[in-house]
Amino acid sequence: MVHAFSVDGRYFALDADSGAVHMLDEMGFDAVSAIEEKGWDAAREALMSKYGEKDTEELLEELKQVKEQGLLFSYDEDLHKDGFDLGKPTVLKAMCLHVAHDCNLRCRYCFAGTGAFHGQRLLMPLEVGQKAIDMLIARSGSRKYLELDFFGGEPMMNFGVVKALVAYGKERAAEKGKTIRFTLTTNAYALDEESIDFLNREMENVVLSIDGRKEVHDALRPTAEGTGSYDISLANAKKLAQRRGQQKYYVRGTFTRNNLDFAQDVMRLAEEGFEQISVEPVVLPASSPYSILEEHLPCILEEYDRLYRLYLDSRKNGRWFSFFHFVVDLDGGPCIKKRLSGCGAGSEYVAVTPDGEIFPCHQFVGREGFSMGSVLTGELDEEMRARFAANHVLAKEACSSCWARLYCTGGCAANAQAFNGRLDKPYSLECAMERKRLECAIAAYCEERETDDNI
Amino acid sequence: MKHITTVASSCIRKGEGIGCGECQASCQSACKTSCTVANQSCQNKGEKVYRPQGRKG
Repeated sequence: MVHAFSVDGRYFALDADSGAVHMLDEMGFDAVSAIEEKGWDAAREALMSKYGEKDTEELLEELKQVKEQGLLFSYDEDLHKDGFDLGKPTVLKAMCLHVAHDCNLRCRYCFAGTGAFHGQRLLMPLEVGQKAIDMLIARSGSRKYLELDFFGGEPMMNFGVVKALVAYGKERAAEKGKTIRFTLTTNAYALDEESIDFLNREMENVVLSIDGRKEVHDALRPTAEGTGSYDISLANAKKLAQRRGQQKYYVRGTFTRNNLDFAQDVMRLAEEGFEQISVEPVVLPASSPYSILEEHLPCILEEYDRLYRLYLDSRKNGRWFSFFHFVVDLDGGPCIKKRLSGCGAGSEYVAVTPDGEIFPCHQFVGREGFSMGSVLTGELDEEMRARFAANHVLAKEACSSCWARLYCTGGCAANAQAFNGRLDKPYSLECAMERKRLECAIAAYCEERETDDNI
Repeated sequence: MKHITTVASSCIRKGEGIGCGECQASCQSACKTSCTVANQSCQNKGEKVYRPQGRKG
């Protein structure tokens, strides 16, 4: 399968099974599109009527040479056969610790019910976190690198426990010759000098939630007291990002139907000096006044095109930043096993609530039928783990004809379950946006390499 | 080649010696609402995200 596409007037082709990427001229684009659609013979006929015999034969000869190298119209049988088995999940490697089911903000689009996950407002006791770490290490098999994310709600509302768990985790991991990579997601509102220093010292990655423009942010991210949170969160986030050398963090915004011009929010964050930026579509049911609907999609796709040009111009003209979804590693990305198995939710990756209950991931927390056990008893539902592990991209019918499946890994299981009631049917809006972002990422990779070969 | 330029050859590593599982869980990596793995690098390859000339760090 080959996906030929155009971004900003340039033509590209991705060979889905091999991962090879090509730049094309318009004629090449026409040819690859026609061959993909109707086969070589019919394509030849169509091309001859447009370009004449000599040019068509020359063009097709070029494409055949690339095909013979296994870089165009390649076919990997293993990726198309039924019953592909990745094996049963054996280890846990990543855990999301919900150290606070409470928050100092009251974001109107919060998937977690303003921090409480539609339940009680709770903080995780130290002992529960320690049990979780014990479980992660005990079930990690031969994995050297483990991951522990402090999440909420707002994890800084339980900062004392975060600090104690980092110390505990480092000690326990060292005893077993392992390394835990700690990460933390925060709205930055309550950060201070001490906490910024701590996070920059101990966290492999920090996610800072800020939406971009002040008016966009303050409209949807008020404090518990009802005031805007932008000025304080922004100042703290900037301080943290600068002090960690603009590395290994993301400032992460959310866009809703109210700011479909979200490229302006991305650029606002870049203008504030952030170099690692991610702005994501909100995921809410259609009934929410902030949700993204099918009717918004054309506007969103156009906005990604707009952002693409702004992004490349900014990087070229001295304001370098990375936009999470416009980055693609085309010369050393993840192996095929990772591309098939995806995020690992429910199998290698789980989330733990303040009272120790285990769910497949942070998005599943509190959903009926998805409790997997408890760190307090050590129970873990192995049947559910196997069910999640078997839900890989090759098992999803909707993905079988999609060129992007080895890049998105079949979409988010939590979104699939929320919107379609089943794990194996991806959320179609997410798919459409992901395909567009991937096109932009590939195009950006190609365009920048034309003018700069410094990798 | 006049009409096609290969920018990246096969980037999807298959076969023996893959699947060590030491790479970061993808959703954990940044935004917590995205399943993309395309922007992750292999743990055994090391960080090799594109940096244009002049970019510090």
